[in-house]
Amino acid sequence: MTISSVLVANRGEIAVRIIKAAKALGIRTVQVYSEADADMLAVQMADEAVNIGSPAPKKSYLNIEAVVAAAKAAGVDAVHPGYGFLSENGDFADAVRDADMIFIGPSGDVIRMLGDKVAARQVAKRAGVPTVPGSDGRVSGLDEALLLAGRIGFPVMIKAAAGGGGRGIRIADNAAGLEQQFPLASAEALAAFGDGGLYIEKVVGRARHVEVQIFGDGQNFVHFFERECSLQRRRQKVWEEAPAFLLPADMRERLCMSAVALAREVDYRGAGTVEYLYDDDTGDFYFIEVNTRIQVEHPVTEMITGFDLMQEMFKVAGGAALSVAQRDIEARGHAIECRINAEDPFKAFQPSPGVITSLRVPEGDGIRFDTMLYEGYIVPPFYDSLLGKLIVHAETREACLKKLAGALAELTIEGVPTTIPLHLALARDANTAKGTFHTRFLEQWLEHDFPASASRNQEFA
Amino acid sequence: MSKIEIRSPLPGTFYRAPAPDAAPFKAEGDDVTASETIGMIEVMKTFQEVPAGVSGRAITFLVDNEEPVMAGQVIAEVEA
Repeated sequence: MTISSVLVANRGEIAVRIIKAAKALGIRTVQVYSEADADMLAVQMADEAVNIGSPAPKKSYLNIEAVVAAAKAAGVDAVHPGYGFLSENGDFADAVRDADMIFIGPSGDVIRMLGDKVAARQVAKRAGVPTVPGSDGRVSGLDEALLLAGRIGFPVMIKAAAGGGGRGIRIADNAAGLEQQFPLASAEALAAFGDGGLYIEKVVGRARHVEVQIFGDGQNFVHFFERECSLQRRRQKVWEEAPAFLLPADMRERLCMSAVALAREVDYRGAGTVEYLYDDDTGDFYFIEVNTRIQVEHPVTEMITGFDLMQEMFKVAGGAALSVAQRDIEARGHAIECRINAEDPFKAFQPSPGVITSLRVPEGDGIRFDTMLYEGYIVPPFYDSLLGKLIVHAETREACLKKLAGALAELTIEGVPTTIPLHLALARDANTAKGTFHTRFLEQWLEHDFPASASRNQEFA
Repeated sequence: MSKIEIRSPLPGTFYRAPAPDAAPFKAEGDDVTASETIGMIEVMKTFQEVPAGVSGRAITFLVDNEEPVMAGQVIAEVEA
């Protein structure tokens, strides 16, 4: 069944992106909003809008009953979850399908399986995707931990089997450290999670974060090449590129095909991303996790492939086969995305809601700005600080950086502090041009290089 | 006996306790000193502590836990 109407179960810039794709396909759009979001751009653009509750996310955008009730009342065929909020909630996907509507994404079972650390790792192994060397589940005790650590090499991470989100992790540099930390880690895990079970994983040192865009219709599976997302602050991506530069062609092929194998292993349907750590020195890559939704940084992939991933999500969810075969997907040139946040890079990235008093957006060939901003819009304090994404495409990475610096200098957002100065300094930085990225690059650069380069930029401004 | 108002320094979501399952920073009727924390404001997914800013007796909260607040809104009162 072709989708003819959709409820957008999200907000901000991604809701705007979803509505634009839906309109291009002639699909009727219904936008949900919280009491704090009545004035947002997506509400103005959509054919209809439904208030689903108070500003707190759990009372509105995370409220499965309220969202499903709004979809039923609006009589839509489908629900698009965007990213964040309920997008990777298997129960939400089930609730939408139980109400005889299409959930634009994989099945609840696939979302739950790939969302579970141990289960996802097992799927990756079955598909022949390299995982970080480790114990594959809990170890029986210190003796087994020592034996394993000796085999995979120190340093190793001791992780709580019941932990998650970075909690319950200790690092042992050698056997003595492991002997000392193991009982402590077990006691901590028992206290924190009610389960003292531990597992062991190799610490991957200086690595890059590289991820592959996958797409499936349940029978055919393709990739749209990879993205480089190493520039992160507090584990949040700040700047993304496609393709990953300095990646040998044979390595790119192996990486992308391993992601396709994983998609095939679970009969994947919809857009997804397989994330990896990539070690430049050894050429090894390791599976981290799968995101079963559209990503914030999907536009860099659209820019290099010339393919609209969001429109494809609607078509495949409506029952169509993938509209492209792997051999038809080509990467051309280089793209970079900067996440423009309402944060002050000169004041420890303090977030700052407020009124947008002035907005000037750069235009031109290969320049795209995905945003929900307009002059007079009040950025509410209740949600994340993303204001928009500036994406630039050019034939080479060097040309792309140059074009990006020009576009950033033109982009004007007044009323709230933004991270534009950070991106401008990065775009003009010699280390960025060299591309010697790793996942801790940005935090080190912010400490040592940013203050000096930012003040230089201000002098010349 | 006069009341002193304690205002929210930021817009966001007001929390009375440091974690969902923890005891509140201050119970109704507690005395406070200027440097003591009386709550937290969540602004764009980051949390900032709210110090009382004044010393006083018998605090009364005017905003419930997890309720939205505006910058400058009175969130509590103490007796001088």
